[in-house]
Amino acid sequence: MSILSTKHFIGLEEATKKDIETLIDVGYMFKEVLDRPIKKVPSLTGINIANLFFENSTRTKLSFELAEKRLSADVINFSASSSSLNKGETFKDTVQNIHAMKIDGIVMRHPTPGSCLQLTKYVDSVIINAGDGSHEHPTQAMLDIMSLHEKFGSLSGLKVAIIGDILHSRVALSNIYGLNKMGAEVMLCGPAHLIPPFIEDLDVSVSHDLNEALDWADAINVLRIQRERMGIGLIPSVREYRKFFGITNKRLSALKNKIIVMHPGPMNRGVEIDSDVAEGDHAIILDQVLNGVAVRMSILYCLLGNEKDIKKNEKK
Amino acid sequence: MKKIKAHLQNENDLKRTLMRISHEIIEKNPDLNKIAIVGIRTRGEVIAQRITQLISKITNTQIDNGTVDVTFYRDDFKNNFDSPKIGPSDIKFDVSGRNIILIDDVLYTGRTIRAAMDEIFSYGRPDSIQLGVLVDRGHRELPIKTDFVGKNYPTSINEHIHVHIKEIDGEDEVLLMDYSE
Amino acid sequence: MRKNKVLSGEWVLSNGKIYDPYQNKFLKGDLLINNGKIHKIGTINKKNINVIDCSGTIITSGFIDVRSHFRQPGSGYNETMKSGVMAAMAGGYTTVCVMSDTDKPLDSPESIKYIIDKSKELPISILPIGSLSVNHKGKELCEFGHMVQEGAVAFSDSEIPIRNSQFLRYALEYCNMYNIPIINYSKDIDMSHEGVVNESIISTQLGLKGLPDMSESTIVFRDLMIAEKTQGNIHIAMVSTKQSIDIIRGFQKKGVRVSAEATPHHIVFNENAVSHYNTNAKVYPPLRTEKNRKAIINAIKSKVISCIASDHSPHSSEDKEKDIKHAPFGTIGLESAFSASYTELIKNNLEVTDIIKLFTSGPKDAFHLNTELIKIGSNVSLTIIDPNKDWTFSESDIYSKSQNSLMLGMKFKGRVELTISGKNAFGYF
Repeated sequence: MSILSTKHFIGLEEATKKDIETLIDVGYMFKEVLDRPIKKVPSLTGINIANLFFENSTRTKLSFELAEKRLSADVINFSASSSSLNKGETFKDTVQNIHAMKIDGIVMRHPTPGSCLQLTKYVDSVIINAGDGSHEHPTQAMLDIMSLHEKFGSLSGLKVAIIGDILHSRVALSNIYGLNKMGAEVMLCGPAHLIPPFIEDLDVSVSHDLNEALDWADAINVLRIQRERMGIGLIPSVREYRKFFGITNKRLSALKNKIIVMHPGPMNRGVEIDSDVAEGDHAIILDQVLNGVAVRMSILYCLLGNEKDIKKNEKK
Repeated sequence: MKKIKAHLQNENDLKRTLMRISHEIIEKNPDLNKIAIVGIRTRGEVIAQRITQLISKITNTQIDNGTVDVTFYRDDFKNNFDSPKIGPSDIKFDVSGRNIILIDDVLYTGRTIRAAMDEIFSYGRPDSIQLGVLVDRGHRELPIKTDFVGKNYPTSINEHIHVHIKEIDGEDEVLLMDYSE
Repeated sequence: MRKNKVLSGEWVLSNGKIYDPYQNKFLKGDLLINNGKIHKIGTINKKNINVIDCSGTIITSGFIDVRSHFRQPGSGYNETMKSGVMAAMAGGYTTVCVMSDTDKPLDSPESIKYIIDKSKELPISILPIGSLSVNHKGKELCEFGHMVQEGAVAFSDSEIPIRNSQFLRYALEYCNMYNIPIINYSKDIDMSHEGVVNESIISTQLGLKGLPDMSESTIVFRDLMIAEKTQGNIHIAMVSTKQSIDIIRGFQKKGVRVSAEATPHHIVFNENAVSHYNTNAKVYPPLRTEKNRKAIINAIKSKVISCIASDHSPHSSEDKEKDIKHAPFGTIGLESAFSASYTELIKNNLEVTDIIKLFTSGPKDAFHLNTELIKIGSNVSLTIIDPNKDWTFSESDIYSKSQNSLMLGMKFKGRVELTISGKNAFGYF
């Protein structure tokens, strides 16, 4: 058994508050490791991890790979082009191959919601969700939560606004589940048609007025506007979006309280967030990146750290 | 069942032992500016702090002190995660070129010490590492020996040594425990 | 285990209650059949005659399915005529209307004749539903007249909705000459783009694109407006929302010729069935909220919905094991349709005779079919059901070549014990 309540890390919907707290605690320990001259510990020596990326990702993949290597795990990478995936065939085949290779842990990014859960039915390995379509991206939410925890000391009663295209975001759902479990209040703010239907049922408030959200919030998480969404008529134009939902220094300096600005990256500077905000003293965007490695080490360690014990017992 | 079999040391005994170890460290290390005392979490951390204070007081020298947490270096995951308090290692000085005095409460298989040495090396390359423990109970599984030892208690496999420290357990004492069924 | 048997010579079905849904009456006595014909109904001397004991059962007319996919003509990988027929007979059907499938559409008189010819060798009737448009493209009308002569019983482009309203208008007007219904797929293509499950908090939580209620009901409304204007005959397939039901009820009251069907899975399940990304629960229309499921049952009670269609859609396990975005829509249903519907509807206070009508007279009226009455001289087309049988639906009850059933593991009340079509019988002896 792992020290978390689940064998896999599929989503924060399933995680308990205690799981999240444990991962943050252990995350801080790894953050200290990342400050050392030799940023590597032997915790996962002999553990094999496959990074399966069925969708483009630079940051998440890099962060996971670094986390795995800093834990001394053996890492293999697999990236499938999205075109070969369109028929939905390679998924099962690839997975069965991986299964046959006796991999201990699989980190998977896949464009289809639920694919990580489906994977748990086919293989025994520990599965970690690195983003499944517009469902969950739990490790991103964990690094957001850890960054907030680091900044505020506690999430209880904290007011967090998530701003932007919630509908197409995989970060939003995971954040909502995680923040709610940790006692924070969540507000979603974005154009009305980019807020998912019935989302209020998840105990969040919704606003379409950025100023209202900024006045209310202690911290904001600014989502990336995907430019490809603009082609299908969802976002009329960059200037229209920036005018009503862009985070600018002018907006932030008009606020009574100083709020914290997060962004999961990559940023569209001058669209959802201005450069001077991203580099200003409201932003903790680079802390998020470092915490991302630490918390992913924490997740990998907590789920896979005991694999060695299991292996030892099998030998006996 | 865990049973107390014997009280091996009380508060005063412990005080004397620490004083003796401190003097031995001073005697063996003529260049006190080169030494640094590093405790192994949890109880080794407190013992190391006490020894650091004693040496500072005796010699009127500022002595560096640090803590290592060997959780990530252990080769057994579960045993370690049960321990109530884990925290980051805390070494704020450069270990390169130093003589590190590694402190723990009980020396048993030697695996913790190996892990702690690995961890110290992740911070840099010390000139030497010396080992000090309050109790050596035997049953070594690795070629590790003590430089400073409070007391040797050769134990049977079912006998365990518990060192209690005021800051953590409310009392200073060393107990011999019986773990047999 | 169900068995096949050829009932040559004289057989007596004894001690069952005989119910003819077309005449809506119970008949007294035993039933004597002789080489595929009903010979006598009443008191029968059983000496030296084969007897099938039907104690505790209801002997009724063979069921009619108005919507099945047999994937014919086709490779036979998902289904063949033979396996489809076995599945149908296990479910009590003696007549199955098969849909034109998009990869090999039944869009010519020749393809209709192909199905009719093939079914001549089969123990039950297979009635083809022809394509509405050539290649299901929604551009050119098929040769309706010629296809009706060959045996087409309705026209539909299967799972391809008619997007062009003017085309649907022409089709309804033209089809009017032949008195058979048109079936459109009630799906607004643009609003359903990439939709996988019902649009609700569940689609949001699953991160899947939703199919909103209105993507079905706006099309139902449009189609019925056109049917009213053209005095055309429309059959609304697989109704899944309360909105659609309200619209259909309104047009029925106005006298528009519209019939409607529901599927067993929409009667039994709500959207929660898909909550763990179960690809067998990926069906179109999607399983909806509990409110909509209840509305379907009420619409059956009030006879707005008069048929139950299996929408038997065989898919290989490879296809259904794809991720939920790429897995195809559909579940098989012939084997379980009656038991699943019966189990749920009897709980909702429907009479057993009303439920039988959903599988017999309802489909007959909607599709204007000729059926065999239970009377002397008729061809044998009978289904024998045990309304009190408790059983669990398992893999061994599936005769289709595909196993993608949403009903596996369900506990049912009421089972089809035996299906007899002509001299061929299939079921428990």
